[in-house]
Amino acid sequence: MLRLLSVRLFQAILVMVAVTAIAFVMFRFVGDPVAAMVREGATQAEKEALRMALGLDKPILTQFVDFVGQVLTGDLGTSFRYQQPVVSLLMSRLPATLELVIVATVLALAVGIPLGVLCALKPNSVFSRLTQATTLVGISMPTFVTGLLLILVFAVNLRWLPSSGRGDLVDLGFWQTGFLSLSGLKSLILPSITLALFQLTLIMRLVRSEMIDVLSSDYIRFAFARGLPRAHIYGRLALRNALMPVVTVTGLQIGQLIAFAIVTETVFQWPGMGLLFTNAVGYPDVPVLAAYLLFVGFLFVMINMAVDILYTFIDPRLRTR
Amino acid sequence: MPNETLAAKTPVLDIRKLRVEYPLANGDTLVAVKDIDLLIRPGEIHALVGESGAGKTTVGNALMGLLQAPGKIVSGSIAIAGKPIDLRTGRTEGIVPGRDVGAIFQDPMTSLNPLFTVESQLCEGMLTHLKLSRAEAKARALDLMKAVGIPEPERRLGSYPHQLSGGQRQRVVIATALACGPQLIVADEPTTALDVSVQAQILKLIRDLADQRGVGVLLVTHNMGVVAEIADRVTIMQNGAVVESGSARAVLTAPKAPYARTLIAAVPPIEVRLDRLPVPSEETQVTLDARAAVRSKSTGSGTGSRDDVVLSVRDLAVEYGGRSLIPGRKASVFKAVKGVSFDVRRGEIFGLVGESGCGKTTVANTIAGLVAQSAGSIDFEGTALGAKREKSVRKSLQMVFQDPYSALNPRLRINSAIAEPILFYKLASNAEEARQDARTLLEAVGLPADAGGRFSHAFSGGQRQRIAIARALGPRPSLLICDEPTSALDVSVQAQLLNLLKDLRDLAGLSMLFISHDLAVIRQMCDRIAVMKSGEIVELAETETLFTAPKHDYTRELLRLAPSLDRILSRQAAE
Repeated sequence: MLRLLSVRLFQAILVMVAVTAIAFVMFRFVGDPVAAMVREGATQAEKEALRMALGLDKPILTQFVDFVGQVLTGDLGTSFRYQQPVVSLLMSRLPATLELVIVATVLALAVGIPLGVLCALKPNSVFSRLTQATTLVGISMPTFVTGLLLILVFAVNLRWLPSSGRGDLVDLGFWQTGFLSLSGLKSLILPSITLALFQLTLIMRLVRSEMIDVLSSDYIRFAFARGLPRAHIYGRLALRNALMPVVTVTGLQIGQLIAFAIVTETVFQWPGMGLLFTNAVGYPDVPVLAAYLLFVGFLFVMINMAVDILYTFIDPRLRTR
Repeated sequence: MPNETLAAKTPVLDIRKLRVEYPLANGDTLVAVKDIDLLIRPGEIHALVGESGAGKTTVGNALMGLLQAPGKIVSGSIAIAGKPIDLRTGRTEGIVPGRDVGAIFQDPMTSLNPLFTVESQLCEGMLTHLKLSRAEAKARALDLMKAVGIPEPERRLGSYPHQLSGGQRQRVVIATALACGPQLIVADEPTTALDVSVQAQILKLIRDLADQRGVGVLLVTHNMGVVAEIADRVTIMQNGAVVESGSARAVLTAPKAPYARTLIAAVPPIEVRLDRLPVPSEETQVTLDARAAVRSKSTGSGTGSRDDVVLSVRDLAVEYGGRSLIPGRKASVFKAVKGVSFDVRRGEIFGLVGESGCGKTTVANTIAGLVAQSAGSIDFEGTALGAKREKSVRKSLQMVFQDPYSALNPRLRINSAIAEPILFYKLASNAEEARQDARTLLEAVGLPADAGGRFSHAFSGGQRQRIAIARALGPRPSLLICDEPTSALDVSVQAQLLNLLKDLRDLAGLSMLFISHDLAVIRQMCDRIAVMKSGEIVELAETETLFTAPKHDYTRELLRLAPSLDRILSRQAAE
């Protein structure tokens, strides 16, 4: 267990060093940072002075080490566009995205797993065929179409739910949450459904096929031969085995959603990180892009580690190794 | 051993005229079980014997209510402990599967759920059926673990299945079957997946349980040795019908029905070496002609005399694992083979025998070039073999694998599968000639020449293994490596294939490296034998010497434990 953790940690550090290097290269070489920072009409001497001040005249390696040092102390530079520290920008947008992704993931798991189990238990029933077909439509439709349709029906025609923004937020000091106000919760519904749809279908299909495999295994037949109650066999003995790959996929999907919820955030004008990122690409706001790259890399590494650790809790076979 | 007091009691299982049918897609029905009768008294072990497809497992499933849809009981009656099963629901009033009927499955590696502890799986049934509290269930689980003879039972209760050996897992399965005090246990091939030494222990355990607890056991098996070892009565099935039934001794020593006779005769004896195993169908002239044709083309026989060394293995070692991810740390290394040396002579069948995990398959794979050796040398017809090999060497070394179901590509027609290596090694000038060769090879292994147009799923296990042999013979090898070629097959098919391999050796001058865990098969096939244990050869001798005067303790132990029809029968006769 400890050994596994240390190996994983070692791998995570390697990946982070690589990602940091790429972010550094981006920061340093995509466009001239000095040209982007000085006022127009600055003299050559002024530019040199700035270059010295930024430490850009030092050898590349020293610069990289400095960069790593800055990253480690939480200094990711200043946004060209907003003239604010990038960290505070990211932190102001993070709660919006995280809340959206958490709700979407919970939704996808809460609906996807039971649907998958039901479809596996009666693979030829009308219900499971209908579910399969409906979710297939859901998965094939681009997110912006689903989002716009939802807005059209529930916001424009029925006027039940807001079409954009996060509603009223409650400031907890370090975190601005939409969970604590009615309009905040209402605002979450449409975007989280839009975001969850793909994940839901994926999880449902995965659970279904895994469950069908598990149900034909010897240990489930043996459980039936022991006369155990059906609910216990399906809900506990079989499902636990079937959920193994779901953990991996859900983990990767959460990372994917946080990093790339861009389309959904754009459609619903959700003030999350996706929106920040799209704006940064258009500008181009290099420090934000580099920081974003670092952040996404960090996120995926952390999620993968979490998944690995979670695995050892679910699967005892991994613990002894 | 019929017991007067037991015989008077209600039978634990009484099956009358049971008929199980499976409706097929084309409207026909497959009769899996044809009107069979079966009676088991308390404390009696009744063996249900037959080859695959005989319907013996279906009988067990039917009485446990585990028939797979769309199979259903059409007529007849099943009574468990005097209580009849409702045929429409497959359930019995007053009989609960798991409480009154226990099950033991074939493969202990897969019949326990990998994600739950032994304790959890053992207690589930007791919590459900006996309504015990957790503490009571745990206490009883501990007693059961002791009863089935698992060392350190307290600690093992907290273990997960993967932490136990195959034999221990099967003991846990047996403990689970016993947990709620059943009157009947259905054991479906309970020792087939186990090594002989473990098999002997498990069989003794089942026998003791029947004797001490008065549990009736329906023992489904294909192994006559197992039947002879522990069964009181035996029923032989063929195509869903009972062929013969009676006391185990009577049926095994003097079978009356013709099928029972051939089935028992096809069991390879461990005591004597037969020239050929008796099989119902003998080779036709077409087959013999085809073999002569194969021989005339074979490259192995012409050069050199018998007794030349074809393959020489010296101090072969193979290690798995190694290379830790963190530099400087030594990773755990598993030494699968530790310094093995032997020679295979021309025209000889050399046997490698040992229990699972002894490294015999690793040796074969290393010689075939599928695994890299970590030390030692392999010398084949004067060429040292390493990881990289000449085409001519690879051509001369062919392999037949254990499982004929996974050894053939399901998307390739048989002709193409056999012709492929022939063309690859340029042994035929064009595709038509290769196809002709493939036809001859098919005839040589006893299949009709037109079989080549079909796909592998159209063939039975035995036929597929014949095809695999034909494919291996295509490149005209001088050494054939057979890794457990018959252990996935029924006895009568096994007898045919063993005869076939012997004939091919005689006619085509092949040398063979023959790997098996079955001592009887080894005795019938091999000229010389090496016994392996934990990656080492403990004894190497001529077959007759090894079987008549084994030197090493381990060899003696293996020979003593192997279930054997004749020995048990003669022992019982002596008593």
